[in-house]
Amino acid sequence: MNKNKITKALMLGLGLSVATASFNALAANVPEGTKLAAKQELVRGNGTEVASLDPQKTEGVPESMAIRDLLEGLVNQDADGNTIPGVAESWETTDNKTFTFHLRKDAKWSNGDPVTAEDFVYSFQRAVDPATASPYAWYLEMTSMVNAADIVAGKKDKSTLGVKAIDANTFEVKLEHTTPYFVMMMGHTTVKPVHKATVEKYGDQWTKPENFVGNGAFVIDNWVVNERIEMVPNKNYWDNEHTVLTKVTYLPIENQVAEMNRFLSGEIDMTYEVPNEHFRRLQKEHPESLQIKGSLCTYYYNFNLKKPPFDDVRVRKAVSYAIDRNIIANALLGQGQKPAYFLTPEIISGFSPELPAYGKLTQKERNEEAKKLLAEAGYNEANPLKFSLLYNTSENHKKLAVAISSMWKKTLGAQVTLENQEWKTYLETKKQGDFQASRAGWCGDYNEPSTFTSLMEGNNTSAGIHYQSADYDKLVAAALASTSAEERTQLYYQQEQLLAKDMPLAPIYQYVSTRLLNPRVGGYAANNAEDKIYSKDMYIIAE
Amino acid sequence: MLAKKQNSEVINQLADNLEIEGRSLWQDARIRFMRNKAAMVSLVILIMITLSVILVPIFAEFAFDDTDWYALHQAPSAEHLFGTDSLGRDLFVRTFIGGRISIMVGVLGALVAVIIGTVYGATSGFIGGKVDRMMMRFLEILYSIPFMFLVIVLVTFFGRNIVLIFVAIGAIAWLDMARIVRGQTLSLRNKEFIEAAHVCGVSNWNIIRRHIIPNVLGIVAVYSTLLVPSMILTESFLSFLGLGVQEPMTSWGALLQEGAQTMEVAIWQLSFPAAFMVVTLFCFNYIGDGLRDALDPKDR
Amino acid sequence: MFKFILKRIIEAIPTLLILITVSFFLMRFAPGSPFSSERTLPPQVMANINAKYGLDKPVFEQYTTYLTNVLHGDFGPSFKYKDYTVNELVGAALPVSAKIGSVAFIFSLFFGVAIGTIAALRQNTWLDYSVMSTAMLGIVMPSFVLAPVLIYLFSINMEWFPAGGWLDGSAKYMVLPVLGMAMMYVATFARITRGSMIEVLNSNFIRTARSKGLSFSYIVLKHALKPAMLPVISYMGPAFVGIITGSVVIETIFGLPGIGKLFVNAAFNRDYSLVMGVTILIGLLFILFNAIVDILLAYVDPKIRY
Repeated sequence: MNKNKITKALMLGLGLSVATASFNALAANVPEGTKLAAKQELVRGNGTEVASLDPQKTEGVPESMAIRDLLEGLVNQDADGNTIPGVAESWETTDNKTFTFHLRKDAKWSNGDPVTAEDFVYSFQRAVDPATASPYAWYLEMTSMVNAADIVAGKKDKSTLGVKAIDANTFEVKLEHTTPYFVMMMGHTTVKPVHKATVEKYGDQWTKPENFVGNGAFVIDNWVVNERIEMVPNKNYWDNEHTVLTKVTYLPIENQVAEMNRFLSGEIDMTYEVPNEHFRRLQKEHPESLQIKGSLCTYYYNFNLKKPPFDDVRVRKAVSYAIDRNIIANALLGQGQKPAYFLTPEIISGFSPELPAYGKLTQKERNEEAKKLLAEAGYNEANPLKFSLLYNTSENHKKLAVAISSMWKKTLGAQVTLENQEWKTYLETKKQGDFQASRAGWCGDYNEPSTFTSLMEGNNTSAGIHYQSADYDKLVAAALASTSAEERTQLYYQQEQLLAKDMPLAPIYQYVSTRLLNPRVGGYAANNAEDKIYSKDMYIIAE
Repeated sequence: MLAKKQNSEVINQLADNLEIEGRSLWQDARIRFMRNKAAMVSLVILIMITLSVILVPIFAEFAFDDTDWYALHQAPSAEHLFGTDSLGRDLFVRTFIGGRISIMVGVLGALVAVIIGTVYGATSGFIGGKVDRMMMRFLEILYSIPFMFLVIVLVTFFGRNIVLIFVAIGAIAWLDMARIVRGQTLSLRNKEFIEAAHVCGVSNWNIIRRHIIPNVLGIVAVYSTLLVPSMILTESFLSFLGLGVQEPMTSWGALLQEGAQTMEVAIWQLSFPAAFMVVTLFCFNYIGDGLRDALDPKDR
Repeated sequence: MFKFILKRIIEAIPTLLILITVSFFLMRFAPGSPFSSERTLPPQVMANINAKYGLDKPVFEQYTTYLTNVLHGDFGPSFKYKDYTVNELVGAALPVSAKIGSVAFIFSLFFGVAIGTIAALRQNTWLDYSVMSTAMLGIVMPSFVLAPVLIYLFSINMEWFPAGGWLDGSAKYMVLPVLGMAMMYVATFARITRGSMIEVLNSNFIRTARSKGLSFSYIVLKHALKPAMLPVISYMGPAFVGIITGSVVIETIFGLPGIGKLFVNAAFNRDYSLVMGVTILIGLLFILFNAIVDILLAYVDPKIRY
């Protein structure tokens, strides 16, 4: 069993952190006595083909994986998920509203230009510029950066954004509200810098291998869509001497079984995922290659609150209670996933609330409670509960949908129709509110509860189809405005309590991220819950 | 889709040679078909499979959607003859339920294709001239529309109603049928008995209905037998893309798709449905071949 | 000959135009947008994206703009792969599909005709039955079952060939995909060849040739093969287009950067411009190969005139 590898909690300094000490940035710290292989080449499975390598145009995980090696933001993360200096050597704030970042003087672009505060000003403005049309433009609104929302809405010019280059190496950001976790948010892909001259010269073509200029540990060497992205070390990277790998290859392989087969035949060193049905076999046959760690993601079903039968909170509760989360997490998935009773996964730093009342019951008691609630709502054998469950095409979603609908049938006598739609249709159906219950899931953008709790805020819930509560929105606003870490945590707990009371969604399980990793690969970030893996930290051990 | 193409070619030749001789042709054909061992054996097996996919789920011990958390991925045993899947569902009953769906969509899709194709082809060939050229032009355009794309669009339009999907696919698959029937009709049109009907003042529609359609039925019969397996394969392709039948209902394609993914873990998930599907498709093909040989007068 | 080609080109224009129109509007009416995502985007962000890709304009205006651009050879930027234009993506994927497709095509044509001829010459013997039944297995076994079996046997167990990937497209990366793709067509060609060969061998002119005492193998090669190839040739057009475009399954399982995979991903992503680009390409290929097949047919069959 690899359960010991699952991270319990990631402690991150929140609040008024005045971090001026210069950390020793970690890059491929090869332990003494490790014999390195002669060939330092790493092949990584990366799920789907990247939509783009332009940090301001992407939104997915595979894109972030690749961009992490190509571009370096203000801050990075270490193997345990702690925020460590990136381009910024140090930073300070006195009020959590104005942040000053001191950039390292030796940071360079791959063409030799120095990385300056101006580059960040340009890139941040680019992210909110309507002309860029970034799908993650809202991320800067979330930080409450001065004027970000107005610029996205086209009401103000991008030059009014609250960012300033005080000098070449000092970068200042002004926020409208206090955001204590702001520094942590600066580790995200959307706020990575781009090289202004290159972007302006080549436009959409700037990420092509022949044009690319980056400030990360690697540069693109070769890119074949739907086949591979190859990267080689960036000779001008400030810490290049610590980069051990001489080549990193990303392969977009959507089919998990195909990816596993290519790992087993030795063509890949590190997979993106593991097919669920094969987990037990792999555990038996290749235990040394399995890597499991907690992940900042929650799997849940949400209800359409505007349509019967789920406009009745009793029905929502009954349906949620009747899900046997232990069977799902332990029997059907069984890789270390945990039952979920919150929208926010418990692995998130500083988040350890008391279980809601229904979470403390045994499944038998929950089932009894569910039957009672359903009877109260007027459903019985003569008038059984009928609804449809929407999910998007995927083996795992299908499996859980079948399992859970079978639980509902056995416990509640409910007649559930499953509706499987391919991804884009599924999104459209959800947006139009043309569903009753639906699968959903979310992975945090940063290690703080608000990345989850903000999902249920009134203007993020498709005009209230998923939820709309003035009380909840008030709590969200209060948390955002709060200056005390303790108070804010309590506000998050209250939000979760409200969710357990109104049950606009039924949390099901908390993800783990499982992958196959060649035991000869060293430096893997085994405890990083956000799965922020930097190839520059990794190396290949000799056989 | 492809087996169909090939069949159409073979049938085209056959069409050139098929003489229309009324009843005796059919009697001859039946005798010849009965003499074809492969076809007769196939017919018997096919009837058995059809009966069992209808009856077995009714009398089976387990329901096709019964989950059992304590019997996940169990190998075949006395209790579960074909083993269980990843949710503990009995594969024995699921294989037959899947067969029910597969054969149903196969027949249904072929039926739609045959009806549209026959009517379109007969009309085009019979009227001839400008209309014929226009109608054939239209066919060519339809030919050049990528089939897969249409299916994806159709599935998003129709949702996941498997019957509707196959009516839709049948509506695409009629193109070859139309060509064959048109060719056949063209040659029939110049026959004396059609001209006689014309002279007697029988309306065009009635001529098509009374004379043309019955006379092209032979080819249609052969072609439909060969169309069914290609429809079943199309369904399995859709299942591969994740666009197939809605769970917990299943089909052979869906079972094979799951089975191929878990080959190393639970080979029974692949082998039983695969065996049934392969045997069924073989049978359809042999019956089709048998029918073709039986209807080919040159072999007398 | 020249006149025939010219006629074909003129005929192709309305066909293509209708194809473009139908797929353009079908795509626009399909539910979902290229830019929808799990988290509901703020309306303003969505509006900015739509404006950037011209989706804020009336559909008909989008259509005319698209037509104009296509006439200039510009198929626009991909909506999903934002760093690429459709021309670049298709240009990169087509050679891969063409290479693997032509090898699979030649392979299946050669073996299909050979097997079919042998079966026809030994009609109704055990050789005929066993060869044709084996070939039939290629038709009835879906490639998404066949391909994993090949990988399991030859990549994981024997370690002869890689389990996927393309890299430089060298031979070892091509063996399994070609096998997986060709099985079905070998079988189909074999069946067509067998059927038409039997028919030709029973025809009068062959009987005459045999009665003259010519050697049987001479008759088969010199007289029977050419007419027996007619239906094979008619099938070559659809087969070639089918192999190149319909290889989604093989390309997905082996991770090959070809046209089929590009197309399916584009359709699922609602990448309007990419779907259109590939559709037009497939339409063109189809018209082209049908024309080639017609020319070949005319060459083989003296009854057909241009």
